[in-house]
Amino acid sequence: MKTVYEKSKGLTGTPLHYCPGCSHGIIHKLVAESMAELDILGKTIGIAPVGCSVFAYNYFNTDMVQAAHGRAPAIATGIKRVLPDRIVFTYQGDGDLAAIGTAETVHAAARGENITIIFVNNAVYGMTGGQMAPTTLPEQVTQTSPYGRDVKSAGYPIRVCEMLSVLDGVAYAERVAVNSVPNIRNAKRAIKKAFANQINKKGFSIVEVLSGCPTNLGLTPVKSLAWVKESFIPYYPLGCYKDEAPAGRNAMPAEKEEERENGKL
Amino acid sequence: MSERVMKKGNEALAEAAIRAGCRHFFGYPITPQTEISAYMAKHLPKIGGTFLQAESEIAAINMVLGAASAGARAMTSSSSPGISLKTEGISYLAGCDLPCLIVNIMRGSPGLGGIQPSQADYFQAVKAPGHGDLHILALAPSTVQEMADTVFLAFDLAEKYRMPAMILGDGLLGQMMEPLTFPDRAVKPAEKQWAVTGHENRRGRNIINSLYLNPEELENKILERFARYAVIENEEPRWEEYFTEDADILLIAYGASSRVARSAIAEVRKNGVRAGLLRPVTLWPFPKKRIMELSRKASAILTVEMSMGQMVDDVKLAVECRLPVYFYGRTGGMVPTPAAIAQKIMRILKGERENENSL
Repeated sequence: MKTVYEKSKGLTGTPLHYCPGCSHGIIHKLVAESMAELDILGKTIGIAPVGCSVFAYNYFNTDMVQAAHGRAPAIATGIKRVLPDRIVFTYQGDGDLAAIGTAETVHAAARGENITIIFVNNAVYGMTGGQMAPTTLPEQVTQTSPYGRDVKSAGYPIRVCEMLSVLDGVAYAERVAVNSVPNIRNAKRAIKKAFANQINKKGFSIVEVLSGCPTNLGLTPVKSLAWVKESFIPYYPLGCYKDEAPAGRNAMPAEKEEERENGKL
Repeated sequence: MSERVMKKGNEALAEAAIRAGCRHFFGYPITPQTEISAYMAKHLPKIGGTFLQAESEIAAINMVLGAASAGARAMTSSSSPGISLKTEGISYLAGCDLPCLIVNIMRGSPGLGGIQPSQADYFQAVKAPGHGDLHILALAPSTVQEMADTVFLAFDLAEKYRMPAMILGDGLLGQMMEPLTFPDRAVKPAEKQWAVTGHENRRGRNIINSLYLNPEELENKILERFARYAVIENEEPRWEEYFTEDADILLIAYGASSRVARSAIAEVRKNGVRAGLLRPVTLWPFPKKRIMELSRKASAILTVEMSMGQMVDDVKLAVECRLPVYFYGRTGGMVPTPAAIAQKIMRILKGERENENSL
């Protein structure tokens, strides 16, 4: 019988703890598939954050370190400096990466650390119950912005890819979303490229993945995806903000890679 | 045998770290540990090592955590206010059972305090180096020679027991020049099968983690760690004694203040006063058994520190308040003089039960 689909070898098989409708599962799959396809599972060290994806160390089929809140890029730096030929990635949320860990993020980027950052932006602190995040939209209601985020007192959201793209140390910064099949396919291409860049020693690569959070948005999974499209993406435009890493063999877009594997290329 | 050289304490410590196999240093500028960073910045790149000036003390300690996770002998150095920022990382290092070296060249405090020598971070190092139920190894050199020797000991113990080690120095020890001989010994870093190096599809996954949401699992983890701590408290206390055989008044002091205490003892001994010194080399584990033994022959104890009195609490606990424990301290920058300590000894022997706050 022909296998048409199987679970990625990049995942351990431990059941995910995420809420129904949460996009972490899809993003985990894309990260896992990218690593498996690039055949780097055996030489990769991943860093789990604090937040909803704190248990990432149970899911990815690689060596893993669990970091203090926001410190993943610093830990990744330490590991990469000891093991420059290994692949090191962090998986972080918006509170982790863009609030408490802003300094670690910006300076790992400025140093051009040859690491890969998967940044899941869902506009809210999910694990602690839906507080306002650095990426919460203006007027968005959260537990700690119950009257809507008032930018006069709570300030404005941070657009991470735009901010990092002006740093010379950044090789690649792209924002993608996982709210539709085409967007998921595109997210896979970007994530795989971010890993391939590291293999090819291109330098700091970050992929920001826009995601919904049905539980804390108080929306059904379907409506949460619609929110991503109608409210979230307009504030955080999708696209590549910096690419100093021209496509190499490993950085081939996913579609082309498939075609090559199928002998069409 | 290595040759005898003259070095500043901070430089001796840095050179010793390199000789002890440390190739990864992560730090943030702060006085008065500057020479350590500068030495590492100059020498590590030449031998294929990494010197990285981090964006913050917090980042530096987490880089150490990363490097230690990957199996390297890694270190950072800082001074009091910087150590406060590192305490988060130190707690995680302890919670992840990772070995590393943290150097604290202590300065006056609290707050920004001053930059002169002090010993006011004893409590922080020994009682609460980070949040949670934990200990770290705390070592206190008192000479430039020891600034070097202690580095080897710190790395060895840290790896043996899988926990962070801290060396507590101060600006006096860091800045002074003394002759020393670097230990002539082969370094054999421990096998670290737990390190995250990539599983190569040949072993199970290695995970460095301090999170245990199941309370039973968390308690078991902590109990296991404390069983290790108990072994350390039993087997690893180190100290030096000076005229303790007949000591009627026993001085207890560590680091730079132990040198002043020694001078004071030499002075009062000229007048027939039987004073002696126990100098803890390890502040944690604290040499409490030996202090208890010596206290049986003494009539009083005097603790000398460059603080308002921190180690003195551990001395009182060690002797279970069986005899009077006096304290003499200056707060740092203001350094105790041999004459002032000698005077304090004479007052104690005359039976003056003055206020123990002795400034």
